[in-house]
Amino acid sequence: MKLTDILKTASENIWQSKLRTFLTIIAIFIGAFTLTLTTGIGAGISQYIDGQVSSIGAKNVLLISGKAQSSTTTGNSTDPQKYDPNKLTSAQRQGPPGDTVVLLTDTDIQKLKSVPGIVDVRPQQSVSPSYILGPSGQKYILSVSEYIDGTNVAMNSGVIPSNTATTTQIAVPYNYSSVLGFASYADAVGKTVTIGISDANGLISEVSATITGVPQKSLIGSAGASINTELFNKLYAIQSVGLSANSLNKFNGAIAHFDASYTDAQITDLKSRLDKDGYTGETYADRIATVKQVISAIVIVFDAFAVIALLAASFGVINTLLMSVQERTKEIGLMKAMGMGRSQIFFLFSSEAVLLGFWGSFLGVLAAMGVGQIINRVATHGFLKDFEGLHLLAFPITNVLYIIIGIMFIAFLAGTLPARRASGLNPIDALRYE
Amino acid sequence: MSTQTPVLATEHLKKIYGKGESIFTALESINIEIKKGESIAILGKSGSGKSTLMHILALLDTPTEGVVSVDGTDASKLSVKKLDILRNKQFGFVFQQFFLNANQTVLENVILPLKIAGVSAKERTKRGMEVLKSVELEEKAQNKANDLSGGQKQRVVIARALVNEPQVIFADEPTGNLDSVTGAAIQKMLFTLNKERGITLIIVTHDHELAAKCDRLLEIHDGTLVKGA
Ligand SMILES: Nc1ncnc2c1ncn2[C@@H]1O[C@H](COP(=O)(O)OP(=O)(O)OP(=O)(O)O)[C@@H](O)[C@H]1O
Ligand SMILES: [Mg+2]
Repeated sequence: MKLTDILKTASENIWQSKLRTFLTIIAIFIGAFTLTLTTGIGAGISQYIDGQVSSIGAKNVLLISGKAQSSTTTGNSTDPQKYDPNKLTSAQRQGPPGDTVVLLTDTDIQKLKSVPGIVDVRPQQSVSPSYILGPSGQKYILSVSEYIDGTNVAMNSGVIPSNTATTTQIAVPYNYSSVLGFASYADAVGKTVTIGISDANGLISEVSATITGVPQKSLIGSAGASINTELFNKLYAIQSVGLSANSLNKFNGAIAHFDASYTDAQITDLKSRLDKDGYTGETYADRIATVKQVISAIVIVFDAFAVIALLAASFGVINTLLMSVQERTKEIGLMKAMGMGRSQIFFLFSSEAVLLGFWGSFLGVLAAMGVGQIINRVATHGFLKDFEGLHLLAFPITNVLYIIIGIMFIAFLAGTLPARRASGLNPIDALRYE
Repeated sequence: MSTQTPVLATEHLKKIYGKGESIFTALESINIEIKKGESIAILGKSGSGKSTLMHILALLDTPTEGVVSVDGTDASKLSVKKLDILRNKQFGFVFQQFFLNANQTVLENVILPLKIAGVSAKERTKRGMEVLKSVELEEKAQNKANDLSGGQKQRVVIARALVNEPQVIFADEPTGNLDSVTGAAIQKMLFTLNKERGITLIIVTHDHELAAKCDRLLEIHDGTLVKGA
């Protein structure tokens, strides 16, 4: 029998008992539907995160911090560590319990600059303004951070501040635009705002800055306002008034740019070299990896439920086909008598199983994608309104194909039992069967 | 030379069903030779072993002891695949029951052996229609097999046995459940094929009249050949 004839016959056969086939397909449908939705959520969120990471861009940025060294102590790194007066530690514990943040000094910065592959290093300093004031006359609390070159930020309006500019520039968060007194995002661009910051003695000074743009809301990007180097330096200078030189020479970390042409292997090598020197270097992607791990763990749990549904469905396939073999005993006997080989009978029944799997998974995936579109639409107009570009569910074609092929394979496995029974029938027994 | 080699031959054929308490000897020391183009009737009472013998001759079943040879070759030496091809290309079957697929059309039922043989769809339809014409059922080709009368069904079954242009037709009670007029028509058809195309006929029957029309008569009684060896 020709391959196409076997497939055609299999397809005709499954629709000979429509209700039974329909019910079996429904069972597979439910499994496929669930699996597509759960993997869709996983894919949607991780696509968004990947998008965010690439929108943060600056792939050649390393966030460097001092490593709490445990080499001097024996045993677990979470064990209490001996006090070393020669090591600088942060006054307040910022890391996870048990970890002590090691602060960096100018010496560290110089040392980092000499590490091969590192192009430039800037100490991670922070400024904490007291307020921001706009045309509305109301002061608001605001956190700011210096814009890191190479970072992409999606904008509602305008552009990101320029670090080479000699004027003070700021990009205000989207939700500050109206409270500061601007009619729209576009209206805010080019306007001037005032930032108040206090020195160590509590004396507040004001600096004015030009708004260059309003970024979009983002899950991962910095929460506060981005400011350019000029504004940062001015604020830092005010903030440093009254601080001892010693306390100014302490940094929580450093931001380094490394050779942009580095491959993943070279980045790993760079990180391990830093590690040997007593520093921890992380790219943005490293930071995000943890978030992704948590999300994929949750998705795996959901997927497990879907797979259980599919297992149940595969028993439906076995049952359906066993009944079919029973009903068609005579037909199978006749075909064997007329010279149809064992392997062809096996193939015929396996094809029926695979077709059941195909229809169930194909329809299930289609339905899930339809429902996914509706959910996405509702969500992006509802609770995810402010997250530009976040689709709760995504259905990359490879995922969809994997699901369909995977379910067809499960159906094939389920079909082997009935198919073996059919192919093993003795034609005479089958023909004498009443 | 080849005309002298029998199409089918058996030596000391024995068939035992079951074992222990329920052991039953269905056939005992059967020796027969069937020449090409012969028409043979296997006659006997119900339960005498006619169908059993026919199934063994048709290579659908294996004997417990003894040898069946096809064109001089011991069938037990042939591979399963060779046997399948042999049955598919050389043999035509008319079983005691119709074994028609009720949901398929008459044509689809008739072309089943060609489908198994891997003949193209176009060629199948052509040959199927030809053979349906020869049994005067061409206008029923697209009807569901279920919708035919008993006699028509039997003609469909014969058409199916003929469609692959076999050398040997095995017919188990081909007229058993037909009225005498239809039965006579079927018989005429079978003997015409035998005369005109030289197809070897092996007809199982308990109808003495039909048996008498055959070249040779093998009579079975309780599993042993009592006449025509
Ligand atoms: N699979 C089997 N197991 C046990 N006994 C069997 C089996 N098949 C056939 N028999 C027995 O072998 C004997 C011969 O059966 P067979 O079908 O050849 O008879 P038959 O001559 O064709 O009869 P009928 O004219 O009624 O069709 C019967 O007694 C039957 O019960
Ligand atoms: Mg019989």
